[in-house]
Amino acid sequence: MPKPKVAFYWCASCGGCEEAIVDLNEDILKVVELVDIVFWPCAMDFKYDDVRKMKDNEITVAFINGAIRTDEQEEMANLLRKKAQIVVAFGSCSHLGGIPGLANFWDRETIFESSYGKGCPSVDNPDGIVPQTVSKVPEGELTLPAFHNTVKSLDQVIDVDYYIPGCAPPPYLTMKAIVAILSGELPEKGAILAPEKTLCDECSLNDSKPEKISIKEIKRISEVISDPEKCFLAEGVICMGPVTRSGCSEEGDGKCISANMPCRGCFGPPPEVKDVGGKMISALASIVGLEGEENMSEEDVEKLINQIVDPAGYFYRFSLPTSLLRRKRMSNPAKEDRYNG
Amino acid sequence: MAKKISIDPITRLEGHGKIEIFLDDDGNVKNAYLQVPELKGFEQFCVGRPVEELARITPRICGVCPTAHHMCSTKALDAVYHVKPTETALKLRRLIYNAFMAEDHLLHFFFLGGPDFVVGPDAPPGERNILGVIGKVGIEIGKQVIDMRRRLRSVITHLGGKVIHPVCGLPGGVSKGLAEDQRQAFLKVAKDAVEFSKFCLQVFNDIVLKNNTYLDLIVGDIFKHQTYYMGLVDENNKVDLYDGKIRVVDPNGKEFVKFEAKDYLDHIIEHVEPWSYIKFPYLKNIGWKGFVDGIDSGVYRVAPLARLNASDGMKTPLAQAEYEKMFDTLGGKPSHHTLAFHWARLIEVMYVSEELVQLLEDKSITNPDIRNLPTETPDEGVGVIEAPRGTLFHHYKTDENGMVTGVNLIVATVNNSAAISMSIAKAAKNLIKNGKVNDGLLNMVEMAFRPYDPCLACATHSLPGKMPLIVNIRDNNKDIVQSIRRD
Repeated sequence: MPKPKVAFYWCASCGGCEEAIVDLNEDILKVVELVDIVFWPCAMDFKYDDVRKMKDNEITVAFINGAIRTDEQEEMANLLRKKAQIVVAFGSCSHLGGIPGLANFWDRETIFESSYGKGCPSVDNPDGIVPQTVSKVPEGELTLPAFHNTVKSLDQVIDVDYYIPGCAPPPYLTMKAIVAILSGELPEKGAILAPEKTLCDECSLNDSKPEKISIKEIKRISEVISDPEKCFLAEGVICMGPVTRSGCSEEGDGKCISANMPCRGCFGPPPEVKDVGGKMISALASIVGLEGEENMSEEDVEKLINQIVDPAGYFYRFSLPTSLLRRKRMSNPAKEDRYNG
Repeated sequence: MAKKISIDPITRLEGHGKIEIFLDDDGNVKNAYLQVPELKGFEQFCVGRPVEELARITPRICGVCPTAHHMCSTKALDAVYHVKPTETALKLRRLIYNAFMAEDHLLHFFFLGGPDFVVGPDAPPGERNILGVIGKVGIEIGKQVIDMRRRLRSVITHLGGKVIHPVCGLPGGVSKGLAEDQRQAFLKVAKDAVEFSKFCLQVFNDIVLKNNTYLDLIVGDIFKHQTYYMGLVDENNKVDLYDGKIRVVDPNGKEFVKFEAKDYLDHIIEHVEPWSYIKFPYLKNIGWKGFVDGIDSGVYRVAPLARLNASDGMKTPLAQAEYEKMFDTLGGKPSHHTLAFHWARLIEVMYVSEELVQLLEDKSITNPDIRNLPTETPDEGVGVIEAPRGTLFHHYKTDENGMVTGVNLIVATVNNSAAISMSIAKAAKNLIKNGKVNDGLLNMVEMAFRPYDPCLACATHSLPGKMPLIVNIRDNNKDIVQSIRRD
């Protein structure tokens, strides 16, 4: 019997998700025994044709990482959807939009300006050249994929069966998912293949957490020397633990927490949370100034809340494209291209 | 009839990569273009964020070398806040950084670049991969490579939280200290890394240097470019990957300039082309003369060989001996032989391993002074570091509250973007004659860009043991008249 075919593909991502596969270490040898890996992170035209020639559903499972930013990526996602029985969104970018999704605070024009224009101090570009989808060179014509205004998660482009969260996903979850899929023990469609509890629920700093957290002041991590034994929120430092799914470490404890740094939410929300930002605001509202609440004026409360210097950047660090905000309003809606959807 | 050859994909260069080769009517190469079809826009979307968060955001530029971005960002934060890290924090940062350089270089040598030599440039393409390397050196060695990388990466995981996108860097220090039992455990890893480096250099010596065909290829003309070289050096002009001044030598090896990171804009400037999302940096005080080498062209190179060329030696004894041996063998310093990047990379593995031992033998690395809190008003700062793939700059500007108002990044591989294009064009010109293209082109083109270790090539190349490539020769109607493929 032929081995099942597994595909890995990447869209707008950093390569960390590929490294996360390499980090299976010796386990990768087991995977190679079980399946034929069709691994093509940078295969475009050639594999495109190759994949097109495949029968529909010929691939057992396609793991796709990265967000969608160019038409090339969108096309490839659609093709893989057609050829694969199961599509897994792999990693934060594919799952939620990820860090590249922060670009949705801006648009193509401003991004080009800061890379190639006057916004970039190291560029010598008096003619204001920016990359073009088609450009003439003395010898002929060169083409580039179009750069969209808006970054999207994978499920905003194609139907997705499962999600493996994380930036990057931990190898143990990847291995579990592969084993589950190959053995046919499939969870319900749309499932996120990670634990359901919040990071806070699993955090070993919980023991240090007072029964009622009461923050008098919100501090930035650069301003404090945090006690490795103490809950960040209790110290007034923003930690996304209450609204983030656990599972980044097999041991349960948060990986960033283990380095004495607060969680930034790369695993995305647990099942009951619809919008991370909304939930985090209510979580903070319940602990901010709790103790002396009755003595605080509205001004005091506002002052305290204003100490959260970049709420959107903290709360939607990994999920802006899939959040309620989705993107910044385009200054000129007429400029929105068809990909803004 | 003029033709265009597309090699799409080649490999990753902060995104994907694509090579277009144009032939003239006689079927000889007119020109070749390296295109990078992707842009992420970090410079823009970092604006508005609290600056200390950039050390956690910018590593997502590259998941293969996130530690380089994290450390460079952390150094930029020191500069923005005008705060000096504590002694112990500096040691810990160097510890993490050296472990990272070693594992990243090993990934390249065994999984990506090495197969060209270890298995051989003439070996069937299907064998020129990690599995081929294991076939040649034995499965036990293969497992040792995986194990060595795993253990080095565990050092980063322990201190940085995550090996893919570590988080421990803060202005003025790091977030986590090192316990004594861990110091002892990591010292063992470091000592094994030194032994492993010896083994790697021995492999290179036995398989590559003792083979005259390979040696001729290294010192031959196809893979040679006379350019400027850039790298960080300490006060004795020895290679330093974490800190120091940026030194540039000219194609004759003479010091052209030595400057501090904060002055980078006086020396480096970037050229823009409409046909690629990647920019082309060059030396400002020489100027952009196009994709050409020589003393009058501002094109410079970075990464292992460039660092060794730009320095006067290595800080540790075993690495220094290898440094001398390399330049003796290659006929003096600087060496313009692109394939020697592979050799220089291994010498750097030896250097960082030796330095790991030094750092971990010093018990003071477990001291508790890991942070200095910033007291000054943040404004502007530049961080520099030698990433595996070359000199990396992070430049941040903030308001008085430390909120980001401007970011500029010159990423390691980008420094080499013009040189990589030139190397590919030269290999193509040497190989494609009168319209005849053969399988060899694939090997030679791969060998022309691999020494630079353009980012994610490693992952694509390694797992199934394949690096799929296709060369299409197209006529004016873009119809394929000949297709050569390698799956």
